[in-house]
Amino acid sequence: MASRVAIGRLPELSTIVMPPKARRLSGAIVIALLLCGVLAAALLATTIGAAGIPLPRLAAVFGLNIAAGGDAAGMLARDTLVLWSIRIPRISLAAMIGALLAVSGAIMQGLFRNPLADPALVGVSSGGAFAAASAIVLSDSAWVHLQFLQTRLLPVFAFIGSLLTTVILYKIASRSGRTSVALFLLAGLAIAALANAGIGLLVFVADDRQLRDITFWLLGSLSGATWPKVASIAPVAAVALLAIPLVARGLDLLSLGEAEAFHSGVNVERLKRISILMVSAMTGAAVSVCGVVGFVGIVVPHLLRLVIGPGHKLLLPASACLGAILMIGADTLARVLAAPAEVPIGILTAAIGAPFFLYMLLRQRNLVPQ
Amino acid sequence: MTPGHDPMLEAAAVSVRIGRATLLDRVTVAVHGGETVAIAGPNGAGKSTLLRALSGDQYCSEGGIYLKGRALASFAPRDLARHRAVLSQHVNVSFPFTVEDIVMMGAGERTRDAAQALADAAIDELDLNALRRRELPTLSGGEQQRAHFARVLLQLSCGEQEHGPGVLLLDEPTSSLDLRHQIGLLEIARRRARSGFAVVAVLHDLNLAVRFADRIIVLSGGRLYADGKTGETITADLIKNVFKVETAVGYDDGRPYVLPQRMQPIRPHA
Repeated sequence: MASRVAIGRLPELSTIVMPPKARRLSGAIVIALLLCGVLAAALLATTIGAAGIPLPRLAAVFGLNIAAGGDAAGMLARDTLVLWSIRIPRISLAAMIGALLAVSGAIMQGLFRNPLADPALVGVSSGGAFAAASAIVLSDSAWVHLQFLQTRLLPVFAFIGSLLTTVILYKIASRSGRTSVALFLLAGLAIAALANAGIGLLVFVADDRQLRDITFWLLGSLSGATWPKVASIAPVAAVALLAIPLVARGLDLLSLGEAEAFHSGVNVERLKRISILMVSAMTGAAVSVCGVVGFVGIVVPHLLRLVIGPGHKLLLPASACLGAILMIGADTLARVLAAPAEVPIGILTAAIGAPFFLYMLLRQRNLVPQ
Repeated sequence: MTPGHDPMLEAAAVSVRIGRATLLDRVTVAVHGGETVAIAGPNGAGKSTLLRALSGDQYCSEGGIYLKGRALASFAPRDLARHRAVLSQHVNVSFPFTVEDIVMMGAGERTRDAAQALADAAIDELDLNALRRRELPTLSGGEQQRAHFARVLLQLSCGEQEHGPGVLLLDEPTSSLDLRHQIGLLEIARRRARSGFAVVAVLHDLNLAVRFADRIIVLSGGRLYADGKTGETITADLIKNVFKVETAVGYDDGRPYVLPQRMQPIRPHA
């Protein structure tokens, strides 16, 4: 509480040292840099893999003839096939899933006023995976081969599972406008355990083929990436990214508390409903194509907050970009590490993300007095 | 202070019941533009409940709140925020926003540029220029409270430009402030009243209430005990009846001040 007297006389100095527009400019730069990063990561990822495609040949596929060598025509045909039917859909899928997971993590953290919230950690992904696994098993066993349940409607099931889990979690963890951090994490763990028990039961009754499909949900993998899968989550990704401005200001104000957000003009109930819908749709969409992939939603927003601050107007789009970069990178590692076999990407993100989460917990323990 | 015209904020026979407990029992008060009103009373008298009802946080079991003649419940949150602002006793921010970010949150849907001049004025008024870029969790409780007050002032100024003066509600605004900033904050609130706002503050410190408010509303057990000019309402009798303590009330320039010296002595065990 020192040096109050002098404070009033220093406005000129403080504006010279830090011009008020500095952060706004840096916002545009941040997004531009991150977009370049996404492009660079995607480009790099297309060249790496079981069939390596160096940059000149990559250029040839896109019609740019830089260095056409001896057996150019045969190579070109093979490269084109690998790129268009395997690698590019996979990279697009990875980018979208990374963006969805990171943005849903950031929104969830804003909604629960807690930087440790993550859809995978608190059971929202498990809820989605349980619903999807139920659809796989029940569609064969109980009813007469409702095969369409497994393809077209699987994302819908995953979404409904995620939505139910998020709503239940919110009801449990918040009372009269306050969310309890401990209650929230513990309730999340309990819900995740319950969903996993349900998945275990399904594993128990499943036949071999179903078992393989269910294992896919549990570990998370992008190996089955196809254009139809890209098409099935692209609309969700587009709508979710377009909906960011709907919640950005409200989430900023919500960080002051629900009462303060209301005093400042936020329709808190509406904000919560939209946020829960967005988190569930985005998590459900991601889970429906690649299973449970954890920690992207925690790591990405946290890193960004350190650099660009916690304002959601910039944080949410930046999270989408960095999430895409991270996921493209992680998926490339998953393809390369044990080639020709693949490491499930969920294992990879957990191996990186879980220590990071522990580090954040320890850091919070040291920062927060109590 | 011309209570001739219609009140800006009005509570008409408001009762608040939660379960079997009656927190407010048919309280009727009216506040006009230009007035500064303090709400006082012992713990559990319903001060905060009344303020929450006036701000729209608390649902009224009976009766209703009227803001500028219109039922408070009929305002959408966004419209309400343009007519009234609230400073809470303690705000816990969950992410490390800077002081400037926090103040800017008072700007509503306006862009940063459109609100910058008003924001700068609020930051100046609260002596926060040197702390602009500091993150809130690194500040003391009193400094954080000032940042929130600057945010509330910006919200008021933005609303004033569109709809004229509105209502400022303060819940124990001075509890974390040092003496100088207690007076500073209440002075700022009084300035707003002079330019036509209605200002209502829950205040524990009766001496501060006397200096700040033209009028005082005293609650006791959820009921309106007294409502009148501060100077005439604060008497030793009232304090004895409502707060259950003996005090000496002196007068300085016509205004009462309360000395707690004559609190009932703690008797040794008999």
